[in-house]
Amino acid sequence: MSSTVEYKSNGTIKVSKPNRGQTVLRWLLIGSFIFTIVGFFLMDYTGLDLTRAIPMTIDNLGQMFLSPSLNNTTWTNALWQVGVTLSLGFLATILGAVVSLFLAFGTAVNLSKPWLSNTIKGFITIVRAVPTVLWVLIFAIAAGLGAVAAVIGMMFHSIAYLVKAYSEAFEEVDEGKIEALRASGASYGHILFQVIVPQTKSYLISWTFLRFEINFGVAVAMGAAAGAGGIGYELFMASGFYYDMQEVGAITLIILVVAIILELLANRLKVSA
Amino acid sequence: MAVDKKVKEVNKVEERTDFNKKATDNVLISFDEDIEVTGQEVETLSKKEVKQMPVIMSIDNLYKEYSKGKNVLKDISFDIKKGELLSIIGPSGAGKSTLLRSINRMIEPTSGTITFNDKDITNVKGKALRQMRTNIGMIFQHYNLVDRLSVFENVLHGTLGYKNSLQGIFSMYTESEKEEALDIITELGIEDHIYKRCDELSGGQKQRVGIARALIQKPKIILCDEPIASLDPSSSRVIMEHLRKICNEKGITVIVNLHQVDVAKNYSDRIVGLNTGEVVFNGHPSEINKEVIQNIYGTDFDDLIME
Amino acid sequence: MSKTSTLKASDINIIQKKNLMLLLTVVIIVALTMLASYITDYNHIDGLTSIPAAISWMASNMIFSQSTLANLSNVLRLLWETILISIVATTTASVFAILFALLGSSLTYINKPFMYLAKIIASMSRNIPVVAWALILVISFGTNSMTGFLALFFGSFGFLVRAFIETIDEGSRDSVEALNATGATYWHTIFKAVLPGSMPQMFSWILFMIETNIRSATLVGLLTGTGIGYLFDLYYKQLNYEMVTLITLAIVVAVLIIEAFSNLIRREIL
Repeated sequence: MSSTVEYKSNGTIKVSKPNRGQTVLRWLLIGSFIFTIVGFFLMDYTGLDLTRAIPMTIDNLGQMFLSPSLNNTTWTNALWQVGVTLSLGFLATILGAVVSLFLAFGTAVNLSKPWLSNTIKGFITIVRAVPTVLWVLIFAIAAGLGAVAAVIGMMFHSIAYLVKAYSEAFEEVDEGKIEALRASGASYGHILFQVIVPQTKSYLISWTFLRFEINFGVAVAMGAAAGAGGIGYELFMASGFYYDMQEVGAITLIILVVAIILELLANRLKVSA
Repeated sequence: MAVDKKVKEVNKVEERTDFNKKATDNVLISFDEDIEVTGQEVETLSKKEVKQMPVIMSIDNLYKEYSKGKNVLKDISFDIKKGELLSIIGPSGAGKSTLLRSINRMIEPTSGTITFNDKDITNVKGKALRQMRTNIGMIFQHYNLVDRLSVFENVLHGTLGYKNSLQGIFSMYTESEKEEALDIITELGIEDHIYKRCDELSGGQKQRVGIARALIQKPKIILCDEPIASLDPSSSRVIMEHLRKICNEKGITVIVNLHQVDVAKNYSDRIVGLNTGEVVFNGHPSEINKEVIQNIYGTDFDDLIME
Repeated sequence: MSKTSTLKASDINIIQKKNLMLLLTVVIIVALTMLASYITDYNHIDGLTSIPAAISWMASNMIFSQSTLANLSNVLRLLWETILISIVATTTASVFAILFALLGSSLTYINKPFMYLAKIIASMSRNIPVVAWALILVISFGTNSMTGFLALFFGSFGFLVRAFIETIDEGSRDSVEALNATGATYWHTIFKAVLPGSMPQMFSWILFMIETNIRSATLVGLLTGTGIGYLFDLYYKQLNYEMVTLITLAIVVAVLIIEAFSNLIRREIL
């Protein structure tokens, strides 16, 4: 028998020797499990009455999804508000995309200098660390609550997301193609817009649309939490002000339908990309 | 000791590097009567010997239709003899892979019958299907190993067909199974790597793990789906020689999908040629000639001639 | 006419067509942007000027007074609560997500109706925004951790199911085929091929979800009056901008530490 075989303490043959990664993963799984159990005991349950909360939630969900109706607003208005939310998401995405495209040229290691690339990456990491809602509220101090703060705040996160996606796509471009153009005396701008962008076009479109899909959800949240208006604000009013579960249901369903349509479109773009 | 062995193996590999330099090309056809890629003499069977062998499996009128009206396999019928090495050749898209997977029912044929050891296996289900599959080993072009598990664990996966769900989930392998796995691993020359993760191995080593996993099933037949298509020439030769050896020494029937005609000619006892889902050739490797190849590879044959 | 010159003519046509398409795309995007600005009342000049205004505002509030720093322990306590909720919600959601992903993956589904059911439930949970969950749940569960936990749970669950299904489909197809060919049972393929092969990638998704959830938890907290989000909202409404900045910084530091930690883990397990 081969000399490489190892035996367990009980004399049976070992079938595997877990490497570092596997050992780490095993301990992480055990650790997460323990943390979760302990975490449940550490949470603050002030004022929680499950015997009341669970039936009430079920009752609310029943009203929402079994008899949804718009009681305090009209269908025209609701759809207009969806348009507002979509517009907010669109503006944040498209403005973010333009800025991101140029930042991504500076971030992709094959197109830029290391110091520039690292500076932008560091900047983006910090931008991403601030929750979107805080960005929006911070801009609201300067610009007032409303569309401007919402769009600019959401744009910051979109930039953080898109620069990473774009620059990774740029880094995939075959070095030979860049070299070929450089050899023929093309300028930096030529290389960017004759090689890099056309080569990665489908990825850029796919990532941008994916961000638009995310931004729709974010815009709903900003309407509810940061005074950005749109369907999110209607949702906030229906639940927090009118306590009208039927209307909450109707609005949630409208949001759900729009979100699913966007997700299906994004999936389709991803397949063709 | 171990070092000696390694040096020997390195030498062996170097000897083999001259083998079949063009194997990485998509389709390789060579007509030279004295095939230079053969290297050493391979022990194959004569036409007469093959004829006298008993039948282990017969395929009758097999059809496979993926979408309505588009048959991938059309009226396939041939016998497989016990202990032969049978190659199936044909252009890509001819249905080689579908045919191979129909044999162990990884793909359900639309109609036709497959008889294995005098039993109709076309419609077996559940436990009988699992039992049938333990008798038929399979190796794959992309090795299909669980990359993150050790070589040893991957080989032992071949015994799962004999276990119930709980025994398998808790890795209850018996010592005799482990020892047998070690014997097979040693036979295939990968005993130095038993505790390595499979993604640390080279392609040729991975394929040997694949063969070991098939062998521990104690199969009657081994199906090989393009076993050397992703390998370099020297590893390809090691794999083909192992398959030939399994066939000669253990008497296991080996069915290999290949796209290299010269490899098929060199190692097979019999060759079946497939074109657009139909059997267009079924005979001894010595019967392969220009016309036969033209029949198998179709009209764009002229484009495939190299030099 | 020779053959070559007609070819050239069509080449020029293609270039012209391409330019026309590009122009058309740009025009459509600009038009949509203008339409969206009109609908939302968005002013591009205000937008541009707000950026330097916000930056100078942030800088001016960076110097904390003694009274602000005295609140730091309170900030850290609520931050810890928020992180706790985020992690627990993610780990709990991932357990359910694995079950649903196995039911929903085309590789491991048990039967078609269950597969579609699993996918529909996951899609609902993912596409109803976290804010909607938060607003619905706060009515019945009140302002405590449970509301935040459940809101994050539903949002994470749907996302993780989709991510896990992709992980299973991408990484396990070959090894599942091999195990099926050896005559292994369904549970063998799950425990011997799918899970060992996908676990590290799945854990990486869980880490990503924890990072995302710490940010979402701030939003949920703001709406439901719990955790660090509640504290932010409180001082924001009191116009105590020093505290607002302190809380923002605390969140940034927490997120950066957790990101660094999960990158470290990723390097070990992937």
